Amino acid sequence: MIRTFTESEFLFILASARWTLLLTVMALLLGGLLGFLVALARTSRLAPLRALAAGWIGVIQGVPVLMLLFLSYYGLSLAGFDLPPLIAATVSMALYASGYLGEIWRGCIQAVPWQQWEASAALAFSRAQQYRYVIIPQAVRIAIPPTVGFIVQLVKNTSIVSIIGVVELARAGNLVNNATFSPFKVFGTVAAIYFVICWPISLLARRLEGKLHARRAG
Amino acid sequence: MGFQFQFQPVLNRLDVLLDGLWVTLQLAGSGILLGALLGILLAMLRGLSGRPVRMLVDAYVELVRNTPFLVQLLIIFFGVPTLGLRLSAEQAALAAIIINLGAYATEIVRAGIESVHKSQIEAGLSLAMTRWQVFRHVVLAPALARVWPALSSQFVLMMLSTSVCSFISVQELSAQAANIESETFRSFEVYILVTLIYLALALVLRGLLAGLGALLFPAGSGLGRLRGQAGR
Amino acid sequence: MPVVQVEGVHKRFGAVEVLKGIDLTVERGEVIAIIGRSGSGKSTLLRCINGLEQIQAGRIEVSGHGLDPSGKGLRDLRKDVGIVFQSYNLFPHLRVGENIMLAPRIVLGVSKAEARSRAQEVLAEVGLAERFDAWPDNLSGGQQQRVAIARSLAMRPKVMLFDEVTSALDPELTGEVLATMERLAQHGMTMLLVTHEMAFARRVASTTVFMHQGKVWEMGPSERIFGDPQTPELKQFLGSGLK
Repeated sequence: MIRTFTESEFLFILASARWTLLLTVMALLLGGLLGFLVALARTSRLAPLRALAAGWIGVIQGVPVLMLLFLSYYGLSLAGFDLPPLIAATVSMALYASGYLGEIWRGCIQAVPWQQWEASAALAFSRAQQYRYVIIPQAVRIAIPPTVGFIVQLVKNTSIVSIIGVVELARAGNLVNNATFSPFKVFGTVAAIYFVICWPISLLARRLEGKLHARRAG
Repeated sequence: MGFQFQFQPVLNRLDVLLDGLWVTLQLAGSGILLGALLGILLAMLRGLSGRPVRMLVDAYVELVRNTPFLVQLLIIFFGVPTLGLRLSAEQAALAAIIINLGAYATEIVRAGIESVHKSQIEAGLSLAMTRWQVFRHVVLAPALARVWPALSSQFVLMMLSTSVCSFISVQELSAQAANIESETFRSFEVYILVTLIYLALALVLRGLLAGLGALLFPAGSGLGRLRGQAGR
Repeated sequence: MPVVQVEGVHKRFGAVEVLKGIDLTVERGEVIAIIGRSGSGKSTLLRCINGLEQIQAGRIEVSGHGLDPSGKGLRDLRKDVGIVFQSYNLFPHLRVGENIMLAPRIVLGVSKAEARSRAQEVLAEVGLAERFDAWPDNLSGGQQQRVAIARSLAMRPKVMLFDEVTSALDPELTGEVLATMERLAQHGMTMLLVTHEMAFARRVASTTVFMHQGKVWEMGPSERIFGDPQTPELKQFLGSGLK
C-alpha cells in the first residue's frame, strides 16, 4: 500500500539527521586525532615516517569512500567483532577524514615560516616543544578555514553509509521513498536538510578564509 | 585466527570485474569530459553575463556543492521518470556525474578567471583584440592553466565517486564487486582487490591529467597556482 | 677559560665548502666583530656556533659544552648561546612578555613568577619595559629586534651572537638597536657580531675578524684592522664603500 508523504514522514526524515550529525562529529573527532598524527608523521624528520604518512594519504585519497566503508564493515566482522553497522560506518568515515585532514594540516604546519623553527631551536627548544609552543599554535590559525570547509565534505559523504543499513538522512529518504514513491518530495526534502546543514558551514569557511587572507596581507 | 585469505574464488571472476571496470571507465571518462565542459561553459557564461545569470549559476553551484552526490543521483534516478522521461540507470548516473562535476568545475574555473588581472584584459583590448579574443586568449587560457591542478583533483574525486552509482545498480566496478561477494562470500578479498584497482585507476588518471596539463599548458601559468579544492 | 672556542671548523653546503678550517677564541666579556663580503662565510660561522648548521669537521665549545659533527650536546650548548637574527623571528602568536618568558619556562624550567621578573628585567634593559603586553605585529622593526635581543638575554646566555641584526631595518631604526647592543657590551656581555656597520664595529668591538673565502683572513684589534689593514683583500674591502 502506498502511503502519502505527510508530516510524519517528514519528521521521520528530519529525525534521522541526528545520525548524520553524530557520524560527522564522531568521524571528525576520531579522524581528526588520527589525521593529526598523520600530519605530524608527514612533517617528521624521520624519512620512513614521512613515507608512511605520504602512503596513507595517497591511499585514502586514491580510493572511493565506499571501499573504505566496505573494508571497515567486512574487515571488522572478519576480525571477529560483531558490531552494529554504525561502528563500521564511524570507522570508515574516520579513516577517510584522517587522510584528508592529515594532508590539509601538513600544509598548514609547513605554512609556518621556517624561521620560527630556527628561532625556537636557537632557544634550545626540543622538537616536541617547538611543535607544542611555536608551530602548532600558528598552524592552527591557518588550519581553521580549510578544516571547516572539509566538514562539508564529511557531512555529505556520510550519506554513503546508508548502504550498510545505518538509517541516516539518505537511508531515511530511501525508506520513505519506497513507501510513498514521491521521489521529488522525499529526496528534495533530504537534499534540503543536507543543504541547511552544509551551506552555513560553507559560508563560515569562506568568511574565515577571507579573514585569514586579510590578516596575512595586512 | 581461523580466517585465511582466499583470493582464488575472486580471481576466477576477474572477467566480471573487468566488465565493471569498463563501465566505470566509460562513466568516469564521459562524465569528466562533459562535466568539465559544462563547468567551463558556465564559468564563461557567468563571467560574460549580468547579475541575474550570475546569480542563477551561483545558485546551481551552491546547491550542488552543499548536497551529497548520492542524493543528487537518487533525485535524478527516481524523480525524472515521474516526469515521463524514461532513464536507464546508466543515463541517470551520467547525468548526475555531469551535473555534480559541472558545479565544482564552474567554481574552480571561475576562481581562475577572477585571478586574471584587469591589466591583462586592458593590454589585450589595447592590442585591438575583440572582447571574445581577449576572453579566449588572455583570460580563459591562463585561467585554465592556473586551475588545472585543482581541476585534476576534482576529476580524480569524481572518478572515485562513480562507485556511488552502484546504489542505483549501475553495473560498474563496485556493483560487480558486490555481485561476486554475494556469490563467493569472500567479501574482504573482493573489496581489497577492487580497492587496489581503484587506487591504480586514481594513480593512472593523475598521471594522465598531469601529462595532459603539460601538453595543453606547456608554459604553465607562470603565475603560481591556486590551491586545489579540499576533498569531496 | 674562553667562552667560545672554535677549532678547525669545516662546513660544506653540498660541494661548496663555505668554512675552510676556522679557529677563533672569544674570551669572557670580549666583543668581536666579524666583517667580510657576503658569501665569505661569516653568517654561516655564527650559525654553526649555535648549532643551526651542522659542521663536517672540527669542534666548537661554549663554556665547557662541546659540539662535534655528531650533533651531541646541542641543546645544552644552545642554552648558553643566544642568537639574534636579521629578521627578528618573534613568535607572532605570543605577546612580547610571553615571547620572552616561554624559553626560560619550558627550557630552563624556571617558575612563572621568576620568568616574569626576568622578562621585565630584560625588557627594561632594551628600553621596552612598557611594551610587555604588546603584540609583536604592533611594534616597529627596531622594537621587534630589541624584543628579540631581550628574548635571548632572558636565557642568561654566556655569549650573544648577532647576525646582521640591523640589515633588515630602515636606516632611522638601526640607531636604537645599535645603542642597545652597545649598552650590552658596556655591561660586560660577551658578544660576537656579524655586521656591515663598520663604524659601530670599530667603536664597540675590541677585536675585529675579517673573513674572506671561508677563512679568517685577518684579525686583530679593531683600531688596527680598520686603521692599518695588512692584506690587499681587506684594504680593498674597506676601500670599496665598505661593502
